[in-house]
Amino acid sequence: MNAVLHRVRSTGPLISRIIAALFGGYALAALSSVAVLALPLSKPQAVLTGMLASFLIYAGAVIWVFAVRSALKAWAGLIIVAVALLPLAWSVS
Amino acid sequence: MTKGRGVKIDDDSQAAGRGIRQSMSSLHTWAALLLGWILYAMFLTGTVSYFKDELSQWMRPELSRLSEIPDQAVVAQRIANELGNTVPGTTQWSIRLPDARNNSAYVFWRTSARNPGQRAFGEGNFDPATGQKVASRDTLGGEFFFRFHFQFHYMPVVWGRWLAGAAAMFMLVAIISGVITHKRIFVDFFTFRWGKRQRSWLDAHNALSVFGLPFHFMITYTGLVTLMALYMPWGENVAFKTPAERQQLTAELSAFIPVGKATGQKVPLASVEDMVRQAQERWGRDNVARVNAVLPGDAAARVAVTRGEAGRVSMSPQYMEFEGATGKLLAVRDHVGPAAETRGVFYALHLGRFSDAVTRWLYFLVSFTGTAMVGTGLVMWTVKRRKNLPEPDRPYFGFRLVERLNIASIAGLSVAMTAFLWGNRLLPPPLEGRADLEINLFFFVWALTLLHALVRPARSAWVEQLWMASVLLFLLPVLNALTTQRPLWHSLVEGDWIFVVMDLMCWTLALLHAVLAMRTARQRAGAPSRRKANRQAPITVASSERAG
Repeated sequence: MNAVLHRVRSTGPLISRIIAALFGGYALAALSSVAVLALPLSKPQAVLTGMLASFLIYAGAVIWVFAVRSALKAWAGLIIVAVALLPLAWSVS
Repeated sequence: MTKGRGVKIDDDSQAAGRGIRQSMSSLHTWAALLLGWILYAMFLTGTVSYFKDELSQWMRPELSRLSEIPDQAVVAQRIANELGNTVPGTTQWSIRLPDARNNSAYVFWRTSARNPGQRAFGEGNFDPATGQKVASRDTLGGEFFFRFHFQFHYMPVVWGRWLAGAAAMFMLVAIISGVITHKRIFVDFFTFRWGKRQRSWLDAHNALSVFGLPFHFMITYTGLVTLMALYMPWGENVAFKTPAERQQLTAELSAFIPVGKATGQKVPLASVEDMVRQAQERWGRDNVARVNAVLPGDAAARVAVTRGEAGRVSMSPQYMEFEGATGKLLAVRDHVGPAAETRGVFYALHLGRFSDAVTRWLYFLVSFTGTAMVGTGLVMWTVKRRKNLPEPDRPYFGFRLVERLNIASIAGLSVAMTAFLWGNRLLPPPLEGRADLEINLFFFVWALTLLHALVRPARSAWVEQLWMASVLLFLLPVLNALTTQRPLWHSLVEGDWIFVVMDLMCWTLALLHAVLAMRTARQRAGAPSRRKANRQAPITVASSERAG
């Protein structure tokens, strides 16, 4: 039991970061590609701007997730940005 | 992140606490390794795809080269007539006209048959001189490497494209984390040391990466851009609710004319030649790319004539739209919105089709360094770990797996790609499903190289496969001379440059593989010096520590 607990404790944060990077990063990129629609651009241009920017945002998010000191901080960063983008994405959908 | 078998050379910095460069180094190592083999295959097939049109010409040797580009207007009319006869009920066809790099026209059409199980479209290469389907061996040509590059094979196209996208995303992360890891990347570049085993692999990897860094970043990012609507559909889905709205976006991306409602009234297509003639006046005699028709033969027909790729670095649509029945010019589309133009430029940068011969060769060479960057990175993973193996004679499973996969995916791919070209020359032309056989041969040989890598000692497998690739490449011009009417001496006299350069390229690459094979073999012969290198290890570790 203790061994299992130890295992979870030692690999848990890493797995948490990997999930944050793969899925959290994609979710953030997807969210930003919708939030862009709130900009004063014509719809096709806004959609394309969102797509073009999304991969850089995704890559940036992955770097952030592995650059910060803890998994908790990694998630916190993603969530803060997501919360800031949510109202924008909400306003256009 | 470096649990267990992490990057051992950085022990000191690990003890001193993990800085950002350390975590970036781990991210770089693992992100790159996980999809490294796929990335290597994407890089190499992508690199040769810069010459896919030339490769296609070489793979259809029955089709004589065009000594000059035929008048595109005349060719377009010829093929349009032929399509009117052979596929009269089609709702849509598209002709890619012959140009400086293509000696045949490529045609794509929708089939009228709506039966399930039947292909919804047909395609073929057409002879500009006769307007009829070319009588050449059935092959996908250079198009095979091009398609494999972003959608692979033996799997649904969409899966392949998602896999390619995931690999590209990992690559993007690997590039950024690689730059952060190598703080002194430019200093490293000037302190290249040959022949110092691990250190020289690292240096080679760094040099290849730094040399082409802007290109590698550009090519990876723009690769994602080419399929971005697939990867990031969310903004599009939110912004456009109906198909009609969605067409606003499609119009920004391609010369696509929506298929309207057929009137049922049969009216033959007006002169396609005149339409292309008008486009030639606008963009230049040889600078028309495609003629697309919807509902040809119906009163509601529309024709779009699109601009060629020369003379501008953008793939954004530029075209003239004509009324099919009368030939009247309806509209000239010569610009799109700023974001769409940006996307068009990125797309064009990735494909490099705007290039003249010199730029194309530069694209090829820098892409080749990208391929080598991925290859050296993969090899380095094992080189770094080999000297720290607890039992050098019986490495752990993960190590052996990476080692063997490296052999098959690097040396084995060279063998398989060359085998594909051998298949093109050896499979008899009348064979049923010949184009698919060429492709199956490619994968069969690739699988054999994996099998070979699994059963042979690692170094022998490297050496044998590299020699195999070298011999196959070296003999390819000989095979070409024996099986076609276009041997080297003939091509030289005729000025048949595609065939000349292809033969010379084969020999150049044969030489490259031979050099690699000999270097690898020499390393094995010099086994005692490995122990010496081990004794020097602390020094190299220290210097790599400094250089990061």
